[in-house]
Amino acid sequence: MEVKNLATTIFRIPEVEGRWMVMSGLAIVCIVLIMAIFAPLIAPYDPTKSSGEILEAPSMKHLMGTDNLGRDIFSRIIYGSRVVLMVVFSASLVSMSIGVPIGLISGYFGGKLDRAISMLMDSMYAFPSLILAIAIAAVLGPSVVNAVVAISVVYVPTYFRMIRGQTLSLKSRLFVEAAKAIGAKDTRIMGRYILPNIVTTVVVVFSLSVADAILTEAGLSFLGFIVTAPTPDWGFELSAGRPYLPAGYWWMITFPGLMVMLLSLGFALIGEGLSEIYAPGRER
Amino acid sequence: MASLKAYIVTRALLVIPTILILLTLVFFILRILPGDPIAAMVGQKVPPEVVEKLREEAGLNKPLLIQYFEYLFNIARGDFGKSMIWGKRPVIDEIMIRFPATLELTIFGFALSVLIGVITGAIAAFRRGSKVDASMRIYSIVAYTLFIPWFGMLLQMIFGVYFRLLPIGGRITPGSEPNTMTSLYVLDSILTLNFNALADSLSHIFLPALTLGIVLSGAYTRLLRNNLIDVLSQDFIVAYRARGVKERKVVKHAMKNAFIPVITLMGLQFAILLAGAVLTETTFSWPGMGTFLLERIQYRDYTSVQGAIVFYALFVALISLVVDIVYALLDPRIRY
Repeated sequence: MEVKNLATTIFRIPEVEGRWMVMSGLAIVCIVLIMAIFAPLIAPYDPTKSSGEILEAPSMKHLMGTDNLGRDIFSRIIYGSRVVLMVVFSASLVSMSIGVPIGLISGYFGGKLDRAISMLMDSMYAFPSLILAIAIAAVLGPSVVNAVVAISVVYVPTYFRMIRGQTLSLKSRLFVEAAKAIGAKDTRIMGRYILPNIVTTVVVVFSLSVADAILTEAGLSFLGFIVTAPTPDWGFELSAGRPYLPAGYWWMITFPGLMVMLLSLGFALIGEGLSEIYAPGRER
Repeated sequence: MASLKAYIVTRALLVIPTILILLTLVFFILRILPGDPIAAMVGQKVPPEVVEKLREEAGLNKPLLIQYFEYLFNIARGDFGKSMIWGKRPVIDEIMIRFPATLELTIFGFALSVLIGVITGAIAAFRRGSKVDASMRIYSIVAYTLFIPWFGMLLQMIFGVYFRLLPIGGRITPGSEPNTMTSLYVLDSILTLNFNALADSLSHIFLPALTLGIVLSGAYTRLLRNNLIDVLSQDFIVAYRARGVKERKVVKHAMKNAFIPVITLMGLQFAILLAGAVLTETTFSWPGMGTFLLERIQYRDYTSVQGAIVFYALFVALISLVVDIVYALLDPRIRY
């Protein structure tokens, strides 16, 4: 039902600016998704094998040029989208499925438990996210799975704080009081009365935190905590291209970094647009 | 004023639990997470005796609870342990060599982000609804999604490689360091009236600080725009204008009122600033805390890694205290 609401909101409500943002964000994200799913069909060359001279400038044969080992950068970017999307989506789903229930329970029951959890979450939130992720990734060792763990830990407080706040304001509303008065159980109130009302918040927080997680993933990858050669990953490509920058080989870093920005921008536009549609009046 | 003092004291005491939680979190991540930090950092190729010796050196062979209290006690004494490589120097000494570089970079990055954000936000607000306003709104989102190493390298490519105007890495040309007092090269150069060093250090800090500044400015752009639009529609501004007060004065009053939430944002942005500094330092070979942390992770220097992260935690707690106190000084409504 919520999904249908979401769709009607996007397509019918004459909130021109918010809608424009959501639509262009969705377009970017869909293009990258198609790239990732159909990578073998789209990529002209094998991303891990040499397919031309080394450091060839962009041409019709190699749209984005070749890297220091003669591999086609366009193909590496297409395959690289798989790692980014996989890491970021799994991490965000994990943090969401931890952060949302804890936020709901903490906000609903309140008391000492709530204060203790809030203090912990606030401290984590205050700590620079990338440094926290680096610490976790360094202890666990570089790998895709460990990167998912590191990134998911970092974004739990984001969900927790938003959901707790929403739950706090919803639990004093009349319809919740009414449910309590007719003897509904706590689990039922949380699941049937409060949760449906925070779904839109979850969707907005998800898009915005994915936008941020993409940058964290790229950062970790750039620093060498996610993949090792020859696996393509956008952030990692930048660290490979960095030594060739002073000699003027701009194409090794320009395209992968541009993709990081575009994908992050796509999710940010979806999140910002949705929050504008759902909270009108905030925008003037 | 008595209540202000009381507030500051209470707020300062509240730093203790915050620091305790952060330190416990760091301890938890480094010791209790599945896996042995030393084994994970050293890799599989090292014989078990060596791993055991390293564990002993780092104090990791004792019971966890004892480790925890030793860890807290040592930090309280300012003892961050000894580095596990080379001269086995005290970690705190190494951090003190690297920290000023990060501090300098973050101060400049921060100043630029506020400056750029306030200017763009004010322009957007005063030309509300225009094309300029719309493009500033897009700017505020795009700036945030810029990937720091990428944006930094683009600037390096344009200003360093193509136009050859600015250096693309390092803090200063080796050999031209000013006589140091604060280890902040720009400040030292000014204090010692060493203008060569001043020009040199400014040319080195410009690109990394601009990278950080632009990426962080988007949030200020948006916040200031929305606040300013709010303030501009309030009665006192309408009254000013009705009385024929000069537009420049009106702007000044409006800006003053719109600025208070910006200070809150400065505090919130601080964590992002530090995280961004890690990537900026790596991109620009800036010898600060971020490059220190990453270098020591590579060298498997466990005590230094722990020290660096603990130092970040203490720094974060301290800054949040300072921000709250400054905020209380500026806004008399905030008191306990």
